[in-house]
Amino acid sequence: MNNFTVEAIELTRLYGGREAVSNVSFTLSKGEVLGFLGPNGAGKSTTMKMLTGNLAPSNGSVKICGIDMMENPKEAKALIGYLPEMRPLYKELTVDEYLTVAARLHRVSSGNIKKAVEIAKERCGLGHMSKRLIENLSNGYQQRVGIAQAIIHSPMVVILDEPTVGLDPIQIRDIRALIRELGSDYSVIISTHILPEVEMVCDRVQIIDKGKLVFNGAIDVLKKQRVGNKLLIGMHNPPSVDAMLKIAGITEAEALAGGLMRVRFAEDATPAEAIVQAAVKNNWGLHQIAPDQTSLEDVFMQLTYQEQTEF
Amino acid sequence: MIINVARKELKSVFASPMGWVILSLLMFAFGTYYLNGVNDYFAVMSGAMRPAERTGVTQFVAQTVYGLASFIMLFAVPLLSMRLISEERRSQTLPFLFSAPISLTEIVLGKFLGLVAFLSILIVFIALMLSTLNIWSDIDFGFIIANSIGLWLLVASFSALGLYFSSLTQQPVVAAILTFVALFALMILDRFFAGDPSNTLASLSLMRHFQSFSSGLIDSGDIAYFVLFITTFLTLTVRRLDADRLRG
Repeated sequence: MNNFTVEAIELTRLYGGREAVSNVSFTLSKGEVLGFLGPNGAGKSTTMKMLTGNLAPSNGSVKICGIDMMENPKEAKALIGYLPEMRPLYKELTVDEYLTVAARLHRVSSGNIKKAVEIAKERCGLGHMSKRLIENLSNGYQQRVGIAQAIIHSPMVVILDEPTVGLDPIQIRDIRALIRELGSDYSVIISTHILPEVEMVCDRVQIIDKGKLVFNGAIDVLKKQRVGNKLLIGMHNPPSVDAMLKIAGITEAEALAGGLMRVRFAEDATPAEAIVQAAVKNNWGLHQIAPDQTSLEDVFMQLTYQEQTEF
Repeated sequence: MIINVARKELKSVFASPMGWVILSLLMFAFGTYYLNGVNDYFAVMSGAMRPAERTGVTQFVAQTVYGLASFIMLFAVPLLSMRLISEERRSQTLPFLFSAPISLTEIVLGKFLGLVAFLSILIVFIALMLSTLNIWSDIDFGFIIANSIGLWLLVASFSALGLYFSSLTQQPVVAAILTFVALFALMILDRFFAGDPSNTLASLSLMRHFQSFSSGLIDSGDIAYFVLFITTFLTLTVRRLDADRLRG
């Protein structure tokens, strides 16, 4: 008996012969936050629409807690809370009215509706906005109402499509904290193209490009890939690349402009000390030595770029 | 669940002044006709000497009011039905309904019932208004009931058609115009075949099937026609929404 909350099996979606999403498979366990990463038009939203039953996959299937989305859509949908990219808010209603409607449609029993609305509002920091028309709320608060709507029925899986788009930095921080908090109770899938966001809130990352999954793994793997075994050394009298390669453990060296040099070293080597000693002995004029971190953007570019070169 | 969707629709109608304004304006029009009907009744009947020329007050007044109602609904229903789905399409709120644990049929039926419930308020008010004649006269309640049922079926048919056209487009105004044109064509269809009343096309006319109700006759054939009409357009709407899910 597996306890996957979401199982996507070979999801494929064709748009007029073109594959918007092709053969995407993954699973999600309870209490995990999954980040869905990809450039514009990569198929993030399409995948999410298929997961939530808003779009029928051309091939493959979706199971929510073991319930097939195609065969039992009602039961499966009852376990999902979904916030699409465009917030589905009825702007003529007040926050309370809207959340009540959402609770009712999501089969919250009539006795619990008031409580469910209160809890959702509290979690999303909407307590003092109850009687306001959604139309008159700021962008950030509207987004919170959107999230409140998605968690009102305490679903097993919360799916948020680009939840922080168009918000100011403080609101983004609040929403991220909220997502982290949700991650402890529910399984959460968020999509974004902001990389640091993924690093901050997600346990697992999936990078999707041109409809294909190019990376699927824990966030730590991605971080490790990013930190790497590299040093950036700044010297006033830089030696030749060959001289640098003579130091034990260094496998690769690359001279950069301005006396900088990037060296790559073997997995278990710690050549920093040897480099400093050599620098002092040979009067290289060392003024800077630091681990060289590839930004998440670079990793992302590498992953999506590799995919392109394969074609 | 159907009820919950219908409640949501009703809430949306009454959340803006639109619902209240339409209710009050229409009731004002019906009230005026009612008043005129009662006045005219005395004017006409005092001139009608022979008993054969006389008609009952119920028939005289109710026919004026219901005649007007069926005509006004031709304009009012497209205006009310236009935003049912097209507005949701435009403001991208359909995923809210699609990702809730309700089937498409329930969504469509809910929206349909929401609108019909709103229009039913008018029908009930008209019936109540006409029933006040009973205070000083002995009126024919059967006639009012038959007319109410007929009007109810008529507006339900209008609503089903309007709902379908609303599901076809993103622009509420386009939906309203299409609905109005289609309804108008269906209403006057029998006029084209006035010389040949047995023509099949003529019997598709909505007005022709309303006529038996307006003369106080509840004909099961006409009820079947309206029920089929409503079912057809609701099914088409469900299919149209399903195409959204399949084709994206």
